[in-house]
Amino acid sequence: MSGENILQVTNVSKTFGGVQALLNVSFNVRQGEVFGIIGPNGSGKTTLINCITGFIKMDSGKVLYKGDDISRKAPNQIANLGLTRTFQIMRPYYSLPAYKNLIVPLFSPRARRTGGWRGGGKLGDRGTVSIDILEEIGFERDSFVPYKLASSLPTGYLKRLELARCLALRPDLILCDEVFSGLSMSEIASMVPLIEKLQMDGITLVMIEHRLRELFRVASRVMVLNFGEKLTEGIPEVVMADERVKEAYLGSEKLLDYTFEA
Amino acid sequence: MDKNPATAERRKERLDRGIKVRTEGIYAISSWQEMCYLVLPRLILILGILLLPFMMPSLYWNRVISIVGIYGLLALGFDFLAHYVGLVSLGGSLFIGVGGYLAAVLNKSFGLSPLFTIPIATLGGAIICTLLILPALPLRGVYFAIVTLMYPLVLFRIIEALNILGGTDGILGVASFPNPWVEQYLILVIVIIALFGLRRLVNEDIGLVFRGVKDNDQAVKASGLSITYYKAIAVFITSALGCFGGAFFVHIYMVAGISLFALDYSVIPIAATVIGGGGTLVGPLLGCFILVPISELLRAFGTLRIVFYSVILLAFIMFRSEGVMVYAQRKYHQFERWVKV
Amino acid sequence: MDILIYGIINSVSLALMAIGFTLVYGISRLPNFAHGALYVITGFLVWSLIHLLKLNYVLSIVLALLIMGLLGAAIYRFVLIRVRGMATSEIIATYALGLAILEFLRWGGFKGMTYTLPVFIEGSVNIGGIPVDLQRIIVITIGVVVVAFMWLFTHFNKTGLALRGMAQDEHAAMMLGIDSDWMAVVAMGMGSMLAGIAAIALLPLGNIVVEAGYNVLVLSIAVCIVGGLGSWVGAILAAFMIGFLQIITVAYIQSHFHMVVAILAIIITLILKPSGFFGKQKELEERV
Repeated sequence: MSGENILQVTNVSKTFGGVQALLNVSFNVRQGEVFGIIGPNGSGKTTLINCITGFIKMDSGKVLYKGDDISRKAPNQIANLGLTRTFQIMRPYYSLPAYKNLIVPLFSPRARRTGGWRGGGKLGDRGTVSIDILEEIGFERDSFVPYKLASSLPTGYLKRLELARCLALRPDLILCDEVFSGLSMSEIASMVPLIEKLQMDGITLVMIEHRLRELFRVASRVMVLNFGEKLTEGIPEVVMADERVKEAYLGSEKLLDYTFEA
Repeated sequence: MDKNPATAERRKERLDRGIKVRTEGIYAISSWQEMCYLVLPRLILILGILLLPFMMPSLYWNRVISIVGIYGLLALGFDFLAHYVGLVSLGGSLFIGVGGYLAAVLNKSFGLSPLFTIPIATLGGAIICTLLILPALPLRGVYFAIVTLMYPLVLFRIIEALNILGGTDGILGVASFPNPWVEQYLILVIVIIALFGLRRLVNEDIGLVFRGVKDNDQAVKASGLSITYYKAIAVFITSALGCFGGAFFVHIYMVAGISLFALDYSVIPIAATVIGGGGTLVGPLLGCFILVPISELLRAFGTLRIVFYSVILLAFIMFRSEGVMVYAQRKYHQFERWVKV
Repeated sequence: MDILIYGIINSVSLALMAIGFTLVYGISRLPNFAHGALYVITGFLVWSLIHLLKLNYVLSIVLALLIMGLLGAAIYRFVLIRVRGMATSEIIATYALGLAILEFLRWGGFKGMTYTLPVFIEGSVNIGGIPVDLQRIIVITIGVVVVAFMWLFTHFNKTGLALRGMAQDEHAAMMLGIDSDWMAVVAMGMGSMLAGIAAIALLPLGNIVVEAGYNVLVLSIAVCIVGGLGSWVGAILAAFMIGFLQIITVAYIQSHFHMVVAILAIIITLILKPSGFFGKQKELEERV
């Protein structure tokens, strides 16, 4: 694993009508690692992702991706550079079958560059490629599930569909916004190897999570946000031993439990 | 993905699966009954449209058919934009007006024949309309509807106030078509091409992107596609249909006046879409074939006909918002099951 | 000087026209495209009450306003409640309704003669050397009274507070025991009454014509869009902006551009700053 920084975030700030959502947040993500972002509810984690991917214009600060400044770019331009994201609230195209959902990202300039105008290069058209990706991401092989309408799929599949949408772009970095939340324990158990597999494929992951135990199984470093400010950063065990982090989570018993288990 | 060792077997498997995906939704036709079941509705529609001029040979009804065709194009465009791209455009008269005036100016000032004015007006008008609407594309829902509603009104008043392009009198003496048959078949063939072309388009990959924009524009952005670009393409397609209608209209009536910006062109296509069934593309066309002749029959009652179709529109949107076509399709599919059992 | 005076009068008229539209949109997020039709129908109603039923002027005004209130409530209760929440259907339904009313009036109502309402008080006064007739002064008075009343109503009356609550967050308001449908009925009733008040104040200045319906709709939309849909203060400020712009255009350029100004204001506002220049709505600026 090389130590090169793929994403460098410096002093990002954002206010929403007087509420300080983010204040001078800086962190670096190294090539090939899994980087976790945790923090209590409302601490600005999702806002941070929105700022990095261009969905919200940040007030000040700078984001470098592979050395290029992307802080003023539009979301679609950023996605085309290989920096993709999932949404916390799943956003599939409900009126389309699951595999056709992937045709949209496969139609993007980035996917067309690698896949040719039919989308799949020598491997067939976009439909083939999307079925391929869906099976890779954990849809059952040769089943009918990928042909079902996205509106009829359960949460677990929709979360996978979100990840699949990122994968269709052949990304270098995925920002995952709570992929584990809302899933049952068995579904999470099948998601964790998937994350590990993505990492093995050389994709860098930034994960926002509330499920700390699962996160700590895959993440090499975590950062803690509280009220829009960065508290600390480091390897999970050290971070969780930090007094300020405990303070921030105080009252959130769930976390304390996990801390002791972890 | 490409990281995995792509052996010959794996590749073959993929190709097989590709065939499976492509053939999904196609079922084997084993008997002439099933063939009829699939082909008949389309055949009846196409033949019906093409035979209309023979069934109604009088000059008056020829005119009505042409008008139906123009409204049909507008309604197709409205349905495409509203139900496949998610933009509610009330600007049917903008397209008609821009296309119409462009054709009239080209014909009168540059002396071009309809053979040239209509294609130029269609493409040029579509470019103008797209450029006009371009800044409004990030808007959604009511706001986009309001902007598109306002454009024809403002162009109407600017032409009136500046007294350009013939002012309130309009541009008179535009060349007409050589004979009514050319006129009839030009519009009917274009309508059929537009209908089946759009139906094809919305199921192509780019059509799926349009539908993605409608369902969820944030996800489209996250997929690395510019939604403004795709919305602009959709608006271009729609306005090309409308501008063709406008240019055609000017050549059959031989005049381009500010009545081209009349509200009728915005309202009737919407009414036809609601009545015919939004999202089917055939529905709006059928809606026009129902609505426009009725409104022609009621011409004697003056503006009462506008009341009439407003009320129909209101009734449909309140009580049967799915429209005639969706209902008919459902019944037709039920009919198939019933035959099999 | 005359620009100032006529600008103020024009602005207050605009505010009067638009206040009903703003009210309905602000509370039930329902763009009432039938607003112009309600405006014209009030004029026609008052005229018929005076000339056909031979009632006296004040009585027919009161009666007409009551009828308008009921009509607005009925429109919501029987028509709009069925399409609530479907943005496209809402636009189409209200637009169709307005069109039906206006064109029906054009067909059956206005024929042959000009229809006018009598002014409240004849005569005119001189302000700074410019004659201003009393009806225009009355328009300003009514405008100020209506705005003041609406402010008091929404700040100190229980129903008014409930309306404001609904405007801010419909679901939260429902949880606190506010019947949202009933409130929307009230809002729509009041909205059409306000359209009626505007009509009664303004129509004596000219003839009652169907075109006024379309113009009033466009002007109301202009005021609301420029001010930010659903914002009260914004609407009033915007009314002054557009009002003065119109008068200046008419004075220095050409009277034909009267409406063009309003329409261009709508288009330019929506393109530059869709939430309006004084609006508080964030969701349009930052759509995430």
